[in-house]
Amino acid sequence: MRDVAVVGFAQRQMREFDGSPNCIELLVPLLQELWEQTGWTKEDIGFWCSGSSDYLAGRSFSFVTAIDALGAVPPISESHVEMDAAWALYEAWIKIQTGEADTALVYGFGKSSASTLRRTLALQLDPYTLTPLWPDTVSIAGMQARLGIEQGVWSEKEMAEVAARSRTNATGNEHAIRRGETTIDDVLAQELLADPLRRWDCAPVTDGAAAIVIAATDTLPRTSPAIRPAVITGIAHCVDSPSLGLRDLTRSPSAERAGAAAGGASVGLADVTVAELHAPFSHQELILRRELGLGDDVRINPSGGALGGNPMFSAGLIRIGEAARRIWSGEADKVLAHATSGAALQQNLVCVMASGQARRPEER
Amino acid sequence: MTKTPAAVIGVGQTHYRAKREDVSMPGLLREAIDRALADAELTFADIDAVVVGKAPDLFEGVMMPELFLADAIGATGKPMIRVHTAGSVGGSTAIVAASLVQSGVHDRVLTVAFEKQSESNAMWALSIPVPFTMPVHAGAGGFFAPHVRSYIRRSGAPTEIGAMVAAKDRNNALKNPYAHLRNPDTTIESVLASQVLWDPVRYDETCPSSDGACAMVIASEGAVKASGITNPAWIQGQVMRSEPLAYAERDQANPWAGRDAAAHLWRSTGITDPRTEIDCAEIYVPFSWFEPMWMENLGFAAEGEGWKLTEQGVTALTGDLPVNMSGGVLSSNPIGASGMIRFAEAALQVMGEAGEHQVDGARRALGHAYGGGSQFFAMWVVGSQKP
Repeated sequence: MRDVAVVGFAQRQMREFDGSPNCIELLVPLLQELWEQTGWTKEDIGFWCSGSSDYLAGRSFSFVTAIDALGAVPPISESHVEMDAAWALYEAWIKIQTGEADTALVYGFGKSSASTLRRTLALQLDPYTLTPLWPDTVSIAGMQARLGIEQGVWSEKEMAEVAARSRTNATGNEHAIRRGETTIDDVLAQELLADPLRRWDCAPVTDGAAAIVIAATDTLPRTSPAIRPAVITGIAHCVDSPSLGLRDLTRSPSAERAGAAAGGASVGLADVTVAELHAPFSHQELILRRELGLGDDVRINPSGGALGGNPMFSAGLIRIGEAARRIWSGEADKVLAHATSGAALQQNLVCVMASGQARRPEER
Repeated sequence: MTKTPAAVIGVGQTHYRAKREDVSMPGLLREAIDRALADAELTFADIDAVVVGKAPDLFEGVMMPELFLADAIGATGKPMIRVHTAGSVGGSTAIVAASLVQSGVHDRVLTVAFEKQSESNAMWALSIPVPFTMPVHAGAGGFFAPHVRSYIRRSGAPTEIGAMVAAKDRNNALKNPYAHLRNPDTTIESVLASQVLWDPVRYDETCPSSDGACAMVIASEGAVKASGITNPAWIQGQVMRSEPLAYAERDQANPWAGRDAAAHLWRSTGITDPRTEIDCAEIYVPFSWFEPMWMENLGFAAEGEGWKLTEQGVTALTGDLPVNMSGGVLSSNPIGASGMIRFAEAALQVMGEAGEHQVDGARRALGHAYGGGSQFFAMWVVGSQKP
């Protein structure tokens, strides 16, 4: 496999976009930030890939106008997934592995506030048997949390610990939309939203967008920044059955498989020191930590995670960017990022990154 | 970097119909997938990953339907990717699946693309008002008709060329058991006698709305050897290109992204004269006139000369560069699958498995798809020879 590193990251998260910005208004400032970070121009990008959802946008072909923001004249090599942009990053990583591109820019966007998000997401369920009952995402997560409590897998206090830590960590994240020094008692004092979930156990509805630049370290463009590249040492994903009645909802076998595949056979995930987990509900972080085998010494979600802000279709990509930043800053040598999709952690992606040597052209 | 050689070793299609009310969405996909797996002599247990493609989710009224389809398509416990690149999606999906093998990550990838338009209402799905955007209120035909008029004016093509394409494709469809439209007595005269829908596009020069799915199994060189398949369709080259819907001096009748994609494809496959080196092509022709337009865009003919290939019978099943042997999009159009059907039919030709619409001795074939306002292009060249 070619060494591919995350070398640029820009994001926006908002409670509600001011007005109704189109894709161009959203993406152009993010791209500008990436050009400033990397010193590159669009001519340095070999492949472009995005993640978004027509249903979230409430219209068909919602991603088509996004390429107007890229300056795709002359034409570009470009693709799109109807998934969180973390999977767009996976497609871009694959493209670089084939040798068809050396660099890629990946982006995701979505305006969750335009609809009643938890109801819109009910349209992801079986359209013949489940969607007609409109089980919304928060209610399904509530059932999942209740199962774990009743089976003794986790407790309300442990869930509150996750929420309190996430809110507290988010105080250091200028992009988080929900934050504040918070104790476990503060969380438990909140009223119930979907028993046993309290409002702070659930990710806030968030508008946002994010973009990441990745590049093969053997062919970094001439002007590359002298940063410690966050080299992807493993990236893998997996999906579970959609049937909520057939799954043990206190587990996430797809997260476990993705983690095992991304960690690699020899080292696994043992030396990861920071993990950014895309857990839109507090108890889901507990599930993920167990499935990925992350011990108490691993720093979880220093950004505040999805409980601080969860822009649909970019929140997973943001986890990868936030984890990579810990390597750039020298805070960590090996980090893990996770993205999820579907009801009750149905689909999961794990990306492991380690500090690598920046090989600038003159050193090659 | 050298790519792991990859080949199509199994193809499966559903029968295409206006409404497949006999099957659910899972049932429709399984019909194509089961046939592809049987063709590849494999089972779900052999598959490493699944790549799903389809056009807008509003066409069925299900958000990201691959999530609820995961069990039915054999993706549970495996990696699954969902691609959506407008009308080119069937082609893009095949390319993503091929890349998973060419990168060395997987050995056997199942890819499937579908549309079940009868579950929802495509006109509704395409008609939701978008703030600050002028509605076309004319469907795809109304959008593309001006491009066709521009092509006719510029090329000076005789007005019956479109009807010649339609009559050819509708007759080719009679040789394809999966085709949706089966109109046995279609002639140039009968096409010209049909009603004009969007000048100059007539009813019989227009694609239908179909339900259907198409699936392929793509395998690495090692997996091809390990299989019992002796006639794989090797993927010799592939390309995707995109350009914006509108910009100053954009040429909609001969888009830059298409020309650029074709040039890259020929260069990367070592093809210097596609007109003689490609034996047959399945290209995305939703309205008849797009055949001559794309023949020029792809470099099979000089600008303004594409219609002569149609007129001279070069693109007929008996011609020396047959185009849309299966009957093409003009005869079957499950939108999200239409691109993959082009890619799969190209593979069937070089595998020698195209049945009644087989081109004798086809060794190298082109699969082509486009989408959006003629702005997203996906293509591949498959051949009987390993790249």
